[in-house]
Amino acid sequence: MTPRKQRMVFVGVILAGVTLATVLALTAIGRNIMYFYSPSQINAGEAPDDIIIRVGGLVVDNSVQRIDDGLTVEFTLTDTKEEIDVRYTGILPDLFREGQGIVAIGRLNGEGAVIADEVLAKHDENYMPPEVAEALEAAKQGGQMTLPNPHEKPTSGNPYDT
Amino acid sequence: MIPELGHFALILALCLALIQSIVPLVGAQLNKPAWMQIAAPATACQFGCLILSFICLTYAFINKDFSVLYVAQNSNSALPLEYRISAVWGAHEGSLLLWVLILAGWSYAVSCFSGSLPQTFASRVLAVLGLISVGFLLFTVLTSNPFERLIPAAADGRDLNPLLQDPGLIIHPPMLYMGYVGLAVPFAFAIAALLEGRIDAAWTRWTRPWTTVAWVFLTVGIMLGSWWAYYELGWGGWWFWDPVENASFMPWLMATALLHSLAVTEQRSTFKAWTLLLAIFGFSLSLLGTFLVRSGVLVSVHAFATDPERGVFILIFLTIVIGSALTLYAWRASTVTSSGRFALVSRETLLLINNVLLVVATATILLGTLYPLLLDALNLGKISVGPPYFNSVFIPLMLPLLFFLGFGPIARWKQDQPTSLLIRIYKTAILSILLGLSFILLAAGPASFTVTLSICLAFWVVFGTLASLKLRIQAKDPLKSLPRLPRGFYGMMIAHIGVAVFTIGVTLVSVYEQQADVRMAPGDTHELNNYLFQLDRVEEVPGPNYQAKRAIVSVYKENKLVTTLTPEKRFYPSQAQPMTEAGIHPSLFRDIYVSMGEPLDNGAWAMRLYHKPFIRWVWLGPLLMAVGGLLAASDKRYRLEVRQRKPLATAVSSRSSA
Repeated sequence: MTPRKQRMVFVGVILAGVTLATVLALTAIGRNIMYFYSPSQINAGEAPDDIIIRVGGLVVDNSVQRIDDGLTVEFTLTDTKEEIDVRYTGILPDLFREGQGIVAIGRLNGEGAVIADEVLAKHDENYMPPEVAEALEAAKQGGQMTLPNPHEKPTSGNPYDT
Repeated sequence: MIPELGHFALILALCLALIQSIVPLVGAQLNKPAWMQIAAPATACQFGCLILSFICLTYAFINKDFSVLYVAQNSNSALPLEYRISAVWGAHEGSLLLWVLILAGWSYAVSCFSGSLPQTFASRVLAVLGLISVGFLLFTVLTSNPFERLIPAAADGRDLNPLLQDPGLIIHPPMLYMGYVGLAVPFAFAIAALLEGRIDAAWTRWTRPWTTVAWVFLTVGIMLGSWWAYYELGWGGWWFWDPVENASFMPWLMATALLHSLAVTEQRSTFKAWTLLLAIFGFSLSLLGTFLVRSGVLVSVHAFATDPERGVFILIFLTIVIGSALTLYAWRASTVTSSGRFALVSRETLLLINNVLLVVATATILLGTLYPLLLDALNLGKISVGPPYFNSVFIPLMLPLLFFLGFGPIARWKQDQPTSLLIRIYKTAILSILLGLSFILLAAGPASFTVTLSICLAFWVVFGTLASLKLRIQAKDPLKSLPRLPRGFYGMMIAHIGVAVFTIGVTLVSVYEQQADVRMAPGDTHELNNYLFQLDRVEEVPGPNYQAKRAIVSVYKENKLVTTLTPEKRFYPSQAQPMTEAGIHPSLFRDIYVSMGEPLDNGAWAMRLYHKPFIRWVWLGPLLMAVGGLLAASDKRYRLEVRQRKPLATAVSSRSSA
């Protein structure tokens, strides 16, 4: 092959590769992204109820309840302003506990509750998922943000106001 | 006193790195041998200082010096000795110290073996490595000093994150860093080549083993991480497409492309500019990975501290390194011209396709990793891109790669006849389709088209590799010719078979694994894939720095006891953190995996049970790739080259022209 032809092959193969990648990536990313919503946004009706979403917040104290088979858990998430119920069947992560910031991945069930396929809590007791931290901040509307201490029993009605 | 000594050694290392980078660089430009000669001793001294600094930090950990902030944050008086040592790189500051230590180690190794290189070239390589070192040492000293004192000293430390208290985690980070940082060597070679304005045969023969060794470390590091996640995170997954995993996987893909492109550059003296670009991209992705992990922009187990100052520093450093490397490339790449010609049907074309597929795969992973960060930065909403995206993009790109891999080594360099190539491969094609289909139909069970195709392609890679061996054997004396084949060839064979093994493992485990989350009280049984799991009892077990609840689970098959597993739920009081320790019965063809969830009422526990076929192959494959890589890197011709090159150095380095 002449250098010119060789260059054409080079360019051709690369162009084909890039086209393939673009098509793949665009179709895949369109179908597989998950948006994050806070309990306030969901209760305001901003979240669609036909696709998988991420919901984050703090697990409300004394809200965790096991039902029927022992593996299904119901709990309430809050961004300190609004609350939303979450139902999950399966094994919860090690760091799931009341007062902890967590992210649930799942769908809305049409009655304002989230049916989660997955619950994420991070592997550090001081860690707060950034989305949750921001959602809390937004709910506080610029007010001073105080995070609850998961080891401290709340004294007042709302554990998140100090 | 010891921590101050370590801090001092660290600052001294920074000064030496400055000398190592600036003086030889200027010297090479002005052609002053005395200036260039400084590179090697400066490198050695910098390495020595960093070893000293690292020893000081280790000493502080071993002696439980809680007056050092970093030690107090990541150690505890009850922590066993081996974890006190591995805690040195258990968090941000110390792992950064390990990073620069390893970089200095690689630089020192380069300076030891660079005696046969032209002096301007060797000193430029060391200078570039020195510049990278300056950046990271500045970062360490200015934003992440591991020797910072805590006054008054803490009574006891906060302890190492329990997840990291594991043998796998002792070796995973150093291996991974060896790989990450090792890619700095081909990068430095590429930059030096661009400064010199030429690439010759000696350059590629010199760069290849270094790249291969870095790639081997990266392979092993990623494999160990995956294995660790499997048994330590307690949920039986081995790859999550977590941004940090992607951050290590992207440089790996790029380094794989670079290895193959280097092969073409060495054998056929073509693809030169492309090879340089891949070397630059490989290390750039390493740096990007470091940025993603260290800056706290990511949500991950690996994200240690969220400190915007650090993120900004690395981002600036990243921009300077990548920006200047690419500018240099744009300016000088035209001086590096390829001389080899090849036809459309040739091994060169196949390797070009390999490279394009690997680079495209890297790009799609990069997109999936950065897209959420970008949207967030632009306030366009918080999204996350999960495994479905990566699977649906990555797998369709890897299947054609396997297809071309199957006959790449059989195709001839420069030009091949399509018909004769077909004759060489049709038997392996038929054989692999037959075997793949019968495997699915007889052994595995119903499967989708993609699964069947993957299995057929895995066989195709194995038989193609064996066929390439057959072509290399002389007909007359087959047994005698075997030991005479170069080690590089055997390395390639083993690595390619590793790819096939990995493919089989991934395909089978993701399609045929079975899982059950169940509630089990002592005495309860559950059946999964012909295995009967029985929870015998749950007992309390004290550990050195934790309390554990241990379940005794007997596993039966056809009424015969297969194994007794002891998964644990541990509680670390120092961090108020529970940890799941899985019980695993491994074997070559299947793993049985049990982990404990949370306690339920009446002494019952939530338990997760798994039957995972062929999961070991997922790590066996990369292990074979690493063995292949080591064999290839130790090929005789690289060692001969060192001996022969001295008289040739001037002759070979004549500028290659178009």
